[in-house]
Amino acid sequence: MTKIYPDRLSPQQDDFYNALMDAHAGLSDTQSHALNARLVLLMANQIGNLEILKDLMETGRSYCDE
Amino acid sequence: MAYDYTPYPFVPPKGLSETEPRHPVVIVGAGPIGLSMAIDLAQRGIASVVLDDNNVVSVGSRAICWAKRTLEIFDRLGVGERMLAKGVTWKVGRNFHGEDEVFSFDLLPEDGHKYPAFINLQQYYVEEYLIQTALEFPELIDLRFKNRVTAHEDRDDHVLLTIETPDGSYTLEADWYIACDGAGSATRERMGLTFEGQTFEEQFLIADIEMKDSPFGEASVPERWFWFDPPFHAGKSALLHMQPDNIYRIDLQLDVDADGKAEAQEDKVIPRIKAIVGDKPFRLDWVSVYKFRCIKLDRFVHNRVVFVGDSAHVVSPFGARGGNGGVQDVDNLGWKLAAVISGQADTALIETYHEERSHGSAENILNSSRATNFMTPKTPAEALFRSEALRLAHDQPFARKLLNSGRLSLPCSLEGFALQTDGAAQVAPGHAMLDAPLTGPDGDTWLIEKAQGAFTLVGFGDVHLPDLAGLPRIGINQRADYPCYTATHGHAIRRYGSDIAYMFRPDGHVCAVFRNPTAEDVQAAIDTAMGRALETEA
Ligand SMILES: Cc1cc2nc3c(=O)[nH]c(=O)nc-3n(C[C@H](O)[C@H](O)[C@H](O)COP(=O)(O)OP(=O)(O)OC[C@H]3O[C@@H](n4cnc5c(N)ncnc54)[C@H](O)[C@@H]3O)c2cc1C
Repeated sequence: MTKIYPDRLSPQQDDFYNALMDAHAGLSDTQSHALNARLVLLMANQIGNLEILKDLMETGRSYCDE
Repeated sequence: MAYDYTPYPFVPPKGLSETEPRHPVVIVGAGPIGLSMAIDLAQRGIASVVLDDNNVVSVGSRAICWAKRTLEIFDRLGVGERMLAKGVTWKVGRNFHGEDEVFSFDLLPEDGHKYPAFINLQQYYVEEYLIQTALEFPELIDLRFKNRVTAHEDRDDHVLLTIETPDGSYTLEADWYIACDGAGSATRERMGLTFEGQTFEEQFLIADIEMKDSPFGEASVPERWFWFDPPFHAGKSALLHMQPDNIYRIDLQLDVDADGKAEAQEDKVIPRIKAIVGDKPFRLDWVSVYKFRCIKLDRFVHNRVVFVGDSAHVVSPFGARGGNGGVQDVDNLGWKLAAVISGQADTALIETYHEERSHGSAENILNSSRATNFMTPKTPAEALFRSEALRLAHDQPFARKLLNSGRLSLPCSLEGFALQTDGAAQVAPGHAMLDAPLTGPDGDTWLIEKAQGAFTLVGFGDVHLPDLAGLPRIGINQRADYPCYTATHGHAIRRYGSDIAYMFRPDGHVCAVFRNPTAEDVQAAIDTAMGRALETEA
């Protein structure tokens, strides 16, 4: 099920997005892919709540193309 | 109807036949920034000569989005109301990704402001209004068309200019040389100043079309449509918005290696436009292809030469910060230059123009670069994040905020800079004035009409304002022996708080706040804002 999450990034959303792009700068596709995986794991640990994490995975998955 | 470019007459200047006395200020360039500069100075009684190599207003619409704060400054310069009356205030924004509308939003204006968030108006109209206003100061503004500056020489306490006209060349001396000669500034090049920064590889096609039927469909509400990866222009970005006179602006991202010249030809442009607006008839009004740079000078002040507007900084147009940023330069420099020329402040005050506006311009460059980067992903990773942000934006509010097709130009804060006196308030020292409606003995008015142009002390609620020679005072929701107003619908009090006094600089930025202002405290704040504290530090 898709859950709608309240916005918690603004007003710093552009700073965040830019930092994320900077983190990927200069990496090959494979390296970028691996970085994304590491970031998910790190962020999951920061969130530290299985309930929330499962909801997030379900919501993320719900946007997949059929 | 196409805009009628009436040429302004060339009048042979005195300098061709006799030596002119040294001028306090020569402004090079009569674009929106040079003209605004001349009017700002004239309102303060400072005379200037304005030189322009051309004799018509901006060819093409160029800057079309004028932000609220800019309009408030233009209000003070006498052209704001005309701009608002002629301009288009857009109401609905729609963002598309491919075929789908990702989301739309109503740009509901916040109540209680004289000007909306922004309006669309072609640069040629803005320049026309500014020229008309400048001509109302025949004693103070000497506007010279077809006068091209070909050389200048820094002579320590003044600058010597060489000027070419259709009737020959002449020289002028000026105490201050204000370089408003645009992005390609020859002044900057003559001085060999480096002008480096991010240059984007992408080229954009900009076209104005005139169309009787709105491309936005039945509802004739002015809208702004932005496409990420449109079906008619795969992999690129496109923007459509409305100007007065049934003119619509289309911005289309082109391939990195597109041939700019060929892309600007009608046989290339017309099919691209048809792909957007369909079969409705239109007339092509103006086309331009260009590349973006986000660059600023290291220093805006070089002894007696001061760079203002595009000569000092250029940005990509997404977020409309070019024209808007330049008008804020003028607002910042005008009162300082007038204070120095009239002997009320030391030249050190001009240096603070560099500090404050260089900071503002860096903020504009940051925002414009980010918007341009978002619109033109450079790597697969950037493209991936963008397309997923777009996907989530269909229903996740946070993702909508990530989409960046240009952030609204807001005035920068000057918090922490030397001219401000530290203090805590709802609108902290350094911030630009927030407008609010007021009711007074002469009817309805606005804070921006009452407290801009000169240092002004404004008391909100129960706070008494001391009397200082030459300092205008205004009370809001109080009774006193100076002009007092009521905060219409309480907006002013809600925005500024109660029982507090604010000191506004002539450019409308808060420079100090007081709970119990004494004459000494207020004088000290003015001295600080006039840069008098800078001298003792030096
Ligand atoms: C194609 C295009 C599209 C744009 N679109 C937007 C937009 O959508 N939004 C936005 O905010 N901004 C836009 N801009 C930028 C905006 O037009 C500028 O920020 C604005 O014009 C800057 O004003 P200015 O007075 O500093 O310079 P300019 O308007 O460039 O004026 C400089 C003046 O100096 C004169 N001059 C130059 N050299 C000399 C000389 N040697 N002697 C005498 N006179 C001289 C020129 O004739 C000109 O009149 C666009 C610019 C271009 C070129």
